[in-house]
Amino acid sequence: MMIKVLAVCGLGQGTSLILKMNVEQALADRGISADVEHTDVSSASNMGADYIITGNELAESLTDHQAKILIVNNYFDMDEINKVIDENLVN
Amino acid sequence: MKFLEESIVKFGVEVSNAYEAIEAAGDLLAEDELIEGSYIEAMKNAYKENGPYFVLAPHIAIPHARPEDGVKEASVSLVQLKNPIEFGHSSNDPVRLVFGLGASSSDEHLTLLRKLTMLLNDPVNIEKLTHATTYEEIKNIVEMER
Repeated sequence: MMIKVLAVCGLGQGTSLILKMNVEQALADRGISADVEHTDVSSASNMGADYIITGNELAESLTDHQAKILIVNNYFDMDEINKVIDENLVN
Repeated sequence: MKFLEESIVKFGVEVSNAYEAIEAAGDLLAEDELIEGSYIEAMKNAYKENGPYFVLAPHIAIPHARPEDGVKEASVSLVQLKNPIEFGHSSNDPVRLVFGLGASSSDEHLTLLRKLTMLLNDPVNIEKLTHATTYEEIKNIVEMER
Protein backbone atom coordinates (compact mmCIF):
# COMPACT_ATOMS: atom_id res chain seq x y z
CA MET A 1 0.00 0.00 0.00
CA MET A 2 1.15 3.51 -0.78
CA ILE A 3 2.59 5.45 2.15
CA LYS A 4 0.44 8.41 3.13
CA VAL A 5 2.07 11.57 4.44
CA LEU A 6 0.29 14.68 5.70
CA ALA A 7 2.09 18.03 5.69
CA VAL A 8 0.34 20.12 8.34
CA CYS A 9 0.18 23.84 9.12
CA GLY A 10 -2.20 26.12 10.99
CA LEU A 11 -4.46 27.03 8.07
CA GLY A 12 -3.54 24.46 5.43
CA GLN A 13 -3.06 27.26 2.89
CA GLY A 14 0.54 28.27 2.57
CA THR A 15 3.18 26.84 4.77
CA SER A 16 2.00 23.21 4.55
CA LEU A 17 2.17 23.48 0.75
CA ILE A 18 5.79 24.60 0.94
CA LEU A 19 6.57 21.67 3.20
CA LYS A 20 4.68 19.29 0.89
CA MET A 21 6.75 20.42 -2.11
CA ASN A 22 10.04 19.84 -0.35
CA VAL A 23 8.93 16.52 1.16
CA GLU A 24 7.79 15.31 -2.28
CA GLN A 25 11.18 16.30 -3.65
CA ALA A 26 13.01 14.40 -0.92
CA LEU A 27 10.83 11.30 -1.43
CA ALA A 28 11.24 11.43 -5.21
CA ASP A 29 15.04 11.66 -4.81
CA ARG A 30 14.90 8.39 -2.86
CA GLY A 31 12.53 6.65 -5.24
CA ILE A 32 9.87 6.37 -2.53
CA SER A 33 6.37 6.64 -3.88
CA ALA A 34 4.05 8.25 -1.38
CA ASP A 35 0.85 10.20 -1.35
CA VAL A 36 1.65 13.59 0.21
CA GLU A 37 -1.27 15.83 1.14
CA HIS A 38 -1.33 19.20 2.87
CA THR A 39 -3.90 20.26 5.41
CA ASP A 40 -4.59 22.37 8.48
CA VAL A 41 -4.03 21.18 11.99
CA SER A 42 -7.69 20.66 12.94
CA SER A 43 -8.57 18.67 9.79
CA ALA A 44 -5.46 16.53 10.25
CA SER A 45 -6.87 14.93 13.38
CA ASN A 46 -9.67 13.33 11.32
CA MET A 47 -7.47 12.18 8.47
CA GLY A 48 -5.73 8.83 8.30
CA ALA A 49 -2.02 8.84 7.52
CA ASP A 50 1.16 6.91 8.13
CA TYR A 51 3.22 10.00 8.79
CA ILE A 52 2.52 13.59 9.71
CA ILE A 53 5.22 16.09 8.99
CA THR A 54 5.06 19.53 10.62
CA GLY A 55 6.94 22.13 12.65
CA ASN A 56 7.58 21.74 16.37
CA GLU A 57 5.03 24.46 17.19
CA LEU A 58 2.10 22.39 15.89
CA ALA A 59 3.40 18.92 16.72
CA GLU A 60 2.14 19.19 20.31
CA SER A 61 -1.48 19.40 19.23
CA LEU A 62 -1.13 16.28 17.08
CA THR A 63 0.29 13.85 19.63
CA ASP A 64 -2.99 11.87 19.82
CA HIS A 65 -2.87 11.05 16.12
CA GLN A 66 -2.15 7.45 15.16
CA ALA A 67 0.37 8.57 12.54
CA LYS A 68 4.05 8.89 13.34
CA ILE A 69 4.87 12.57 13.83
CA LEU A 70 7.98 13.91 12.09
CA ILE A 71 9.26 17.36 12.96
CA VAL A 72 11.00 19.77 10.62
CA ASN A 73 12.23 23.08 12.04
CA ASN A 74 13.51 24.66 8.84
CA TYR A 75 11.10 24.10 5.94
CA PHE A 76 13.68 25.35 3.45
CA ASP A 77 16.55 23.17 4.60
CA MET A 78 16.60 20.17 2.28
CA ASP A 79 19.39 18.61 4.38
CA GLU A 80 17.13 18.58 7.43
CA ILE A 81 14.15 17.26 5.46
CA ASN A 82 16.29 14.58 3.80
CA LYS A 83 17.62 13.53 7.21
CA VAL A 84 14.12 13.23 8.69
CA ILE A 85 13.02 11.12 5.71
CA ASP A 86 16.14 8.93 5.88
CA GLU A 87 15.76 8.30 9.59
CA ASN A 88 12.07 7.47 9.46
CA LEU A 89 10.95 6.36 6.01
CA VAL A 90 13.96 4.58 4.59
CA ASN A 91 14.30 1.01 5.75
CA MET B 1 0.15 37.45 -9.81
CA LYS B 2 2.86 39.54 -8.16
CA PHE B 3 6.04 38.05 -6.79
CA LEU B 4 8.48 40.30 -4.92
CA GLU B 5 8.28 43.13 -7.41
CA GLU B 6 10.02 46.36 -6.47
CA SER B 7 6.88 48.10 -5.20
CA ILE B 8 6.17 45.31 -2.70
CA VAL B 9 9.68 44.92 -1.28
CA LYS B 10 10.98 47.19 1.47
CA PHE B 11 14.34 47.18 3.26
CA GLY B 12 15.35 48.27 6.75
CA VAL B 13 11.82 48.57 8.09
CA GLU B 14 11.58 49.50 11.76
CA VAL B 15 8.90 47.79 13.82
CA SER B 16 8.65 47.04 17.51
CA ASN B 17 6.76 43.73 17.60
CA ALA B 18 5.50 40.78 15.54
CA TYR B 19 2.08 42.37 14.87
CA GLU B 20 3.69 45.48 13.41
CA ALA B 21 5.95 43.29 11.28
CA ILE B 22 2.94 41.40 9.88
CA GLU B 23 1.16 44.71 9.31
CA ALA B 24 4.13 46.12 7.39
CA ALA B 25 4.21 43.12 5.03
CA GLY B 26 0.42 43.35 4.61
CA ASP B 27 0.49 47.11 4.01
CA LEU B 28 2.74 46.62 0.99
CA LEU B 29 0.18 44.25 -0.54
CA ALA B 30 -2.73 46.54 0.36
CA GLU B 31 -1.04 49.62 -1.16
CA ASP B 32 -0.72 47.78 -4.45
CA GLU B 33 -4.37 46.72 -4.16
CA LEU B 34 -3.49 43.04 -4.08
CA ILE B 35 -5.42 42.47 -0.85
CA GLU B 36 -8.19 44.14 1.17
CA GLY B 37 -7.43 45.65 4.56
CA SER B 38 -9.44 42.83 6.12
CA TYR B 39 -6.74 40.36 5.06
CA ILE B 40 -4.17 42.12 7.26
CA GLU B 41 -6.48 41.72 10.26
CA ALA B 42 -6.95 38.05 9.36
CA MET B 43 -3.17 37.53 9.21
CA LYS B 44 -2.80 39.05 12.67
CA ASN B 45 -5.67 36.92 13.99
CA ALA B 46 -4.09 33.78 12.55
CA TYR B 47 -0.94 34.62 14.51
CA LYS B 48 -2.93 35.24 17.67
CA GLU B 49 -4.89 32.00 17.34
CA ASN B 50 -2.40 29.56 15.86
CA GLY B 51 0.86 30.98 17.13
CA PRO B 52 4.15 31.56 15.31
CA TYR B 53 4.23 28.30 13.31
CA PHE B 54 4.61 30.37 10.11
CA VAL B 55 8.16 31.24 11.13
CA LEU B 56 9.18 28.46 8.78
CA ALA B 57 12.90 28.71 8.96
CA PRO B 58 15.48 30.57 11.03
CA HIS B 59 14.75 34.32 10.71
CA ILE B 60 11.98 33.82 8.12
CA ALA B 61 8.25 34.43 8.70
CA ILE B 62 5.56 33.91 6.08
CA PRO B 63 2.36 35.38 7.55
CA HIS B 64 -0.82 34.68 5.60
CA ALA B 65 -4.54 34.05 5.98
CA ARG B 66 -7.21 32.39 3.83
CA PRO B 67 -8.13 33.48 0.28
CA GLU B 68 -11.65 34.40 1.44
CA ASP B 69 -10.22 36.85 4.00
CA GLY B 70 -9.73 39.39 1.21
CA VAL B 71 -7.16 38.49 -1.42
CA LYS B 72 -7.60 40.20 -4.81
CA GLU B 73 -4.53 38.82 -6.50
CA ALA B 74 -2.05 36.06 -5.61
CA SER B 75 1.01 37.87 -4.29
CA VAL B 76 4.16 37.82 -2.15
CA SER B 77 5.68 40.91 -0.52
CA LEU B 78 8.87 41.24 1.53
CA VAL B 79 9.70 43.37 4.52
CA GLN B 80 13.31 43.20 5.65
CA LEU B 81 13.40 44.24 9.30
CA LYS B 82 15.99 46.70 10.55
CA ASN B 83 15.93 45.12 14.00
CA PRO B 84 15.23 41.40 14.44
CA ILE B 85 11.89 40.70 16.13
CA GLU B 86 10.85 37.86 18.46
CA PHE B 87 7.73 36.05 17.24
CA GLY B 88 7.83 33.51 20.07
CA HIS B 89 9.02 30.61 17.93
CA SER B 90 11.02 28.03 19.88
CA SER B 91 13.73 27.45 17.28
CA ASN B 92 13.54 30.03 14.49
CA ASP B 93 13.46 33.37 16.31
CA PRO B 94 14.32 36.20 15.85
CA VAL B 95 12.68 37.12 12.55
CA ARG B 96 14.54 39.27 10.01
CA LEU B 97 12.60 38.61 6.81
CA VAL B 98 8.80 38.80 6.61
CA PHE B 99 7.17 37.52 3.41
CA GLY B 100 3.54 38.61 3.24
CA LEU B 101 1.64 35.93 1.35
CA GLY B 102 -1.60 36.87 -0.36
CA ALA B 103 -3.03 33.37 -0.61
CA SER B 104 -5.43 32.82 -3.51
CA SER B 105 -7.32 29.68 -4.36
CA SER B 106 -6.05 29.72 -7.95
CA ASP B 107 -3.21 27.80 -9.55
CA GLU B 108 -1.19 31.00 -9.26
CA HIS B 109 -1.00 30.37 -5.53
CA LEU B 110 0.88 27.14 -6.17
CA THR B 111 3.13 28.84 -8.71
CA LEU B 112 3.99 31.59 -6.20
CA LEU B 113 4.76 29.12 -3.43
CA ARG B 114 6.95 27.12 -5.80
CA LYS B 115 8.92 30.28 -6.66
CA LEU B 116 9.25 31.23 -3.02
CA THR B 117 10.36 27.72 -2.08
CA MET B 118 12.96 27.65 -4.85
CA LEU B 119 14.25 31.05 -3.80
CA LEU B 120 14.51 30.21 -0.10
CA ASN B 121 15.84 26.67 -0.48
CA ASP B 122 19.16 28.31 -1.33
CA PRO B 123 20.92 29.72 1.77
CA VAL B 124 22.95 32.09 -0.44
CA ASN B 125 19.72 33.79 -1.52
CA ILE B 126 18.58 34.14 2.11
CA GLU B 127 21.89 35.77 2.91
CA LYS B 128 21.44 38.26 0.04
CA LEU B 129 17.85 39.09 1.03
CA THR B 130 18.91 39.63 4.65
CA HIS B 131 21.73 42.04 3.84
CA ALA B 132 20.49 43.90 0.75
CA THR B 133 19.89 47.62 1.06
CA THR B 134 18.54 48.26 -2.45
CA TYR B 135 16.27 46.35 -4.81
CA GLU B 136 19.07 46.20 -7.37
CA GLU B 137 20.98 43.83 -5.10
CA ILE B 138 18.23 41.21 -5.10
CA LYS B 139 16.75 41.81 -8.54
CA ASN B 140 18.67 38.95 -10.16
CA ILE B 141 17.79 36.27 -7.65
CA VAL B 142 14.14 37.33 -7.53
CA GLU B 143 13.78 37.45 -11.30
CA MET B 144 15.28 34.03 -11.67
CA GLU B 145 12.31 32.69 -9.76
CA ARG B 146 9.73 34.94 -11.41
